[in-house]
Amino acid sequence: MSASGEKSGDFKWRTFTAWLLLAACLLAVWPLQNSIDRERGSGPDVMLTLLTGSGKRLRQLCLGYDGLLADIYWTRAVQYFGRSRLKHADVMPLLGPLLNLATDLDPHLLIAYRFGAIFLAERAPLGAGEPQAALQLLRKGIVANPGYWRLWQDLGFVYYWDLRNYPAASRAFLAGSEQPGAMIWMKTLAAAVAAQGGEDRTSAMLWEQIYLHPGNDEVRRSAADHLAALRAQTELRQLNVLIERYRQRQGRWPDSFAALIVAGYLREIPRDPSGAPYVIGKDGKAALSKASKVDLSLAH
Amino acid sequence: MNSISRVATIAVHSFKESVREKVLYNLVGFALLLIAAAILFGSISVGIQKTILINLGLSSISVFGLLMAIFIGVGLVAKEIERRTLYNILSKPVARAEFIVGKYLGLLVTLVINTAIMALGFYAALYYVTRQFVRADAIALEAIYLILLQFAIVVGVAIFFSCISTPVLSAVFTFCVYVIGNYLADIRWFGRENGSVLMEKLTHALYFLLPNFANFQATSLAAHGMRIPGYLLVSDSLYALLYVTVLVSAAVLAFEEREFK
Amino acid sequence: MWAVETIGLTKDYSAGFWRKRPLRALDGLSLRVEKGGIFGLLGPNGAGKTTTLKILLRLVFPTAGSAQLLGRDIRDISVHRLIGYLPENPYFYDHLTAPEFLNYMAEIFGMGRDARCRRVGTLLERVGLASFQKLPLRKFSKGMTQRAGIAQALINDPELIFLDEPMSGLDPLGRREVRDLILGLREEGKTIFFSTHILGDAETLCDRVAILHRGRLEGLGGMQEILSREVSSAEIVLEHPSPELVELAKSLASSVVRTGERVRMVIPEAAQPERVLAQFLERGAKVVSFNEVRNSLEDYFMERVGSPARAPDVRSAHPPAGGENP
Repeated sequence: MSASGEKSGDFKWRTFTAWLLLAACLLAVWPLQNSIDRERGSGPDVMLTLLTGSGKRLRQLCLGYDGLLADIYWTRAVQYFGRSRLKHADVMPLLGPLLNLATDLDPHLLIAYRFGAIFLAERAPLGAGEPQAALQLLRKGIVANPGYWRLWQDLGFVYYWDLRNYPAASRAFLAGSEQPGAMIWMKTLAAAVAAQGGEDRTSAMLWEQIYLHPGNDEVRRSAADHLAALRAQTELRQLNVLIERYRQRQGRWPDSFAALIVAGYLREIPRDPSGAPYVIGKDGKAALSKASKVDLSLAH
Repeated sequence: MNSISRVATIAVHSFKESVREKVLYNLVGFALLLIAAAILFGSISVGIQKTILINLGLSSISVFGLLMAIFIGVGLVAKEIERRTLYNILSKPVARAEFIVGKYLGLLVTLVINTAIMALGFYAALYYVTRQFVRADAIALEAIYLILLQFAIVVGVAIFFSCISTPVLSAVFTFCVYVIGNYLADIRWFGRENGSVLMEKLTHALYFLLPNFANFQATSLAAHGMRIPGYLLVSDSLYALLYVTVLVSAAVLAFEEREFK
Repeated sequence: MWAVETIGLTKDYSAGFWRKRPLRALDGLSLRVEKGGIFGLLGPNGAGKTTTLKILLRLVFPTAGSAQLLGRDIRDISVHRLIGYLPENPYFYDHLTAPEFLNYMAEIFGMGRDARCRRVGTLLERVGLASFQKLPLRKFSKGMTQRAGIAQALINDPELIFLDEPMSGLDPLGRREVRDLILGLREEGKTIFFSTHILGDAETLCDRVAILHRGRLEGLGGMQEILSREVSSAEIVLEHPSPELVELAKSLASSVVRTGERVRMVIPEAAQPERVLAQFLERGAKVVSFNEVRNSLEDYFMERVGSPARAPDVRSAHPPAGGENP
């Protein structure tokens, strides 16, 4: 390298101009890019609209890179989902097509089916609210991966939780339990769903199985939230029984759980699954405190 | 003899030189072949023949033009360094900056002409399929213009890498920048979701530092006969102009420092 | 004003991939070359000749020191208008013909169409390529490429011409042609600065030489002074010497070489060759020849560059060196 001090005037002038142009144009690119982004909407969504074609045709066109492309679309689907959730979007019109594309490209991309089953079916704003699309995706997955019983579990789950079609759910669990390697509790589930569909205990059992299976973090977090809600709902029901009992004995509503402790119904202030104490509302019923992180709507 | 006429001389010569590259004819030939194949391809899928032709035609122009931009961009600068033909030029009263700017302009002219040839082939195929031209067909021309703007940036990237690296590596780097430049928005999103402040800052910086090729995507709009918004044509032109200036300046700075051992 | 003036020109290359360590290619070269005439830069391979030329032409930048061409700093490339340069082992755009290539070079100098045409025609004639107008450069032989390179170096009718190893790769006829060309340029009053490791070429062409070894200037002088230095030794050849005579020879001579029936020895000036000769004759030796050994450029070169052990590649790698001494 030449020492920078030994360049002639002409050379210096050119270097200076080049640096100036470089810096000025780079600085100008910034606001311009922002303006383009604003006008186009957020960048990738424009791209996403291009991708609603048929994955099968795409697969023939992508020269053997279908696996990679499937992964890209799967990533896109997750990103799209995350962004829609952040924006509290009411609809996620592209989630289904994206998952379909990813699974068309790679029919063995199991995570896409399982993820799709949960979040396509879930009501907005937690999911896309398209249980029928979820069923379709799962059926496609079952055809492509006949030996994988977990997809039957998911199918049954969508029937149970989102469509409240307990006979169909039971049939799905039963079909899954007959697959090689299926867990024994699938049979129990089939029976329980048939007999006591709609009860918290059955629902909690279903969510627990999803929570226990290692896989997508998003799915597990969602399962944990649902479980907490279900548990809180059960606990609230039990607390209301105690409050009712207190009222019958004492002839008045308790103003707090402390009163129930004094009366010997409770040993300590009860806490919900997120650790916040339960409170007694103005109507005299047990309720979640404001600090609670549990979302009761998740328990239906 | 002033700077401008020396730049022009070098530009004209590099254009003449690139015209003699056989690889160029092969690529243009392939592109035309693919456009012709789109006619057949479209005829077996009912109803969307024209859409397929536009999609496939514009995609082939984009892909083969991209290959050309990389090949001649790298070939005509890095090769000149590697083969030492540059020694003759630099021993003449030619500033290094003049050489780079001249080369860039020469390659740009080559690309414009090749893209024009491919566009002609595309419109010939379109006419063959529809037996008419409608006003909406002009949209494809706008899409081709946006594709050409991308080529202008790619050639700049290729020349920049040629100034600091070997021909093979330059080609690889240029291709990588093109691919990354198509996914910049995703990369920034990853950075934001990552949770680490450093990652977020880094990906944010990358978003503005690397050329954003996603700005130029309009093929699908054209395929569905949707107008490309005027603001996009203007802002994309401006973006390409700014970014090419950045690249050529960077190439000049690197080239001024480069020693030819 | 000097044609070429360098002051303490130094160049370090960094070698090694991971740990860069500097490699000094040129070490404080200070040199002045007058206008007019032929200046030879001599030295074994790797001595720094090409580096010197590349620094002067701004292809590499000096680590330290400065240089001027025709009174202008080398950083001012407008001086390139007045100079010509033939790189070592030149390579040109292989798809062009010689006239196209020369035309391109002439265009860079801003010559008009007619002037270009005339200049290109003259030059092709001069370097003997006039009959190869249609042949692309990639089909040129080594010698033809070299001549095309010389033509492009002369395109702007330069005052100062740098030629890096102009004779390398040429057959004897080609070398003769290039030599005549260089001499012709001197007649026109140009300054020619050329590098070579072939001492014979330098001896026949140069007015002045500089000797470079391992990046250092080891000698500088006019060819006349170098060749006309005083006689330094004599060579005596004996036929069928007796063992006793051989012993005597070994005690007096600086070197004794036996070839077949003859023994050749070199007697240094200090040992008084005439007296040694008398001694041999007294003892009845059969003296075949007695010659004064005149200094050649090669001797000067060896003296400056050092013993053959220090610069082994000079003799072994280049057998023609010194072969054309008078």
